[in-house]
Amino acid sequence: MASTVLIPSGALGLGFSADALARGVAAGADVIAIDGGSTDSGPHYLGTGTSKYARARTKAEWGQIMAARAQLGVPLIIGTAGTCGADSAVDWLVDITRDLAQDRGERLKICTVKSNQPAQRVKAALAAGRIQALAPEQPLDDALLDQCTNIVALAGVEQIQHALNTGADIIIAGRTTDTAVIAAHPIAQGADVGAAWHGAKIGECGALATTHPASGVIAISFDDTGFTITPMADGAQATPRTVSAHMLYENSNPFVLYEPGGHLDVTGAKYSALDDKTVRVEGSAWVATHPYTVKLEGARLAGYQTLSHVLVRDAKYVARIDEWLAKVRAGFLRDHPDFDTATCSIEFRVVGQSATLGELETRRAALHEVGIITVVTAPTQAQATDIARALNPALLHLPLEDGEPMPTFAFPFSPAETERGAIYEFCLNHTMALDDPLQAFAFEELEVGP
Amino acid sequence: MTPLRDLVTGVRSKNAGPFWVTIDVFCRQDGSFADLCRRVDTAQVAALFQVDEAALLRFDMADLDVIKFSLPRPNVQGTRMDRDMHGASFAQLLAEMPVS
Repeated sequence: MASTVLIPSGALGLGFSADALARGVAAGADVIAIDGGSTDSGPHYLGTGTSKYARARTKAEWGQIMAARAQLGVPLIIGTAGTCGADSAVDWLVDITRDLAQDRGERLKICTVKSNQPAQRVKAALAAGRIQALAPEQPLDDALLDQCTNIVALAGVEQIQHALNTGADIIIAGRTTDTAVIAAHPIAQGADVGAAWHGAKIGECGALATTHPASGVIAISFDDTGFTITPMADGAQATPRTVSAHMLYENSNPFVLYEPGGHLDVTGAKYSALDDKTVRVEGSAWVATHPYTVKLEGARLAGYQTLSHVLVRDAKYVARIDEWLAKVRAGFLRDHPDFDTATCSIEFRVVGQSATLGELETRRAALHEVGIITVVTAPTQAQATDIARALNPALLHLPLEDGEPMPTFAFPFSPAETERGAIYEFCLNHTMALDDPLQAFAFEELEVGP
Repeated sequence: MTPLRDLVTGVRSKNAGPFWVTIDVFCRQDGSFADLCRRVDTAQVAALFQVDEAALLRFDMADLDVIKFSLPRPNVQGTRMDRDMHGASFAQLLAEMPVS
């Protein structure tokens, strides 16, 4: 039995063409599915359990998608709600949905899928040998698990299908693989499993696999031998090349994609153009593996940071910038013998020279100006700011040579220091084996609206 | 020696999760792919990114005229020493690599 999935965008918050969404609704679909986030913007969001995108923007887009759902009368699925998919981010999107249901005068059934893992559960799995490291291997022990502010497991199709089976109008899931929200309904309907996962990978970034990447909206029809992708924006085309090339995107291996419960192998996939905008794909394979595993993600506090920016336009200092910064650092360390290098650090990132690539940089060009981002990291915000303030006199006035007139450098901001707050780091790159795909996830049914 | 950039249509890089970065070299669709594959030396790319050659994945994809490299990130995404949250700049380094 076939299933058509309407995908409004690569992620809620990225925007999409309203006309294309209307065209997708007119064409019909069995389900609407969209991703709500990823790790791609860094560990801050999982560390804090918050969304990258503003509430107002999210509400505006989500409202348009909810209206499309109401017109079609089909389920709407979002995974990795609120960028990181932590439980708090699911609650955030539920709250927005509640507001919108009230505004729209709609009574709706919601099913949430929560992905947070108590540290104790992961510790027990670790002790039982049910945690496996992925490459590149990261160290893992109980102490590290206790340091995580959020640990999530990535849900797959089984958890989304369980939520679909509640009869919910809207499924708001925490951390889920980008693909599972798209593949769940087709697989439940009996579509070819390899095609479902492959089509889901092609569709997970919305229209990125087409000639109009920013238009967002595509539809993918799945059946028992393959899938067909159709872009919805005016003038957008899917071609065998744009579709097959999408397997390159954000994949370390363009042929194999690991998912909960198995992996997708597209080595045998054949891509063919049905017309000038629609592509048919067949021949992808799903390989189920046992035991069933889910990937874990975790973020932990890594200190507090304060930044200071200075701009150097003096030709002598630009030419000798490394020497000058070494002198700034040496003077600071001489005056602060209690500076604890085990817990605190000072980095000078020289914009114009190597701020992007650091030690990998291969070029060195003549410059007329450099910017220096001073990054101070310490166990508390107060310590980080104290260190940054202590560096300020030298960054403002330190001469390269004794006896030369006191120079002054350009500070673009007052105060000179900017507190970044807590910083986090990703610290899990592991899978956890489950006896039952549902056991590590929490499901809740809610009703919202008047 | 010619910078790789002058021999191809584009180079892009992006995270593949927090622990990997992947770099796609889009080659010209003019029959030059096989020759370019021979000229792009894996050991030289590994040295450029300061990674063990054994840890550098390479895929020569003739159907797409793409050479793809994937490597463990030198600094895990978003850690204190990471400077490029999305892995955007690795492409520039490879694009500037001299090819014989």
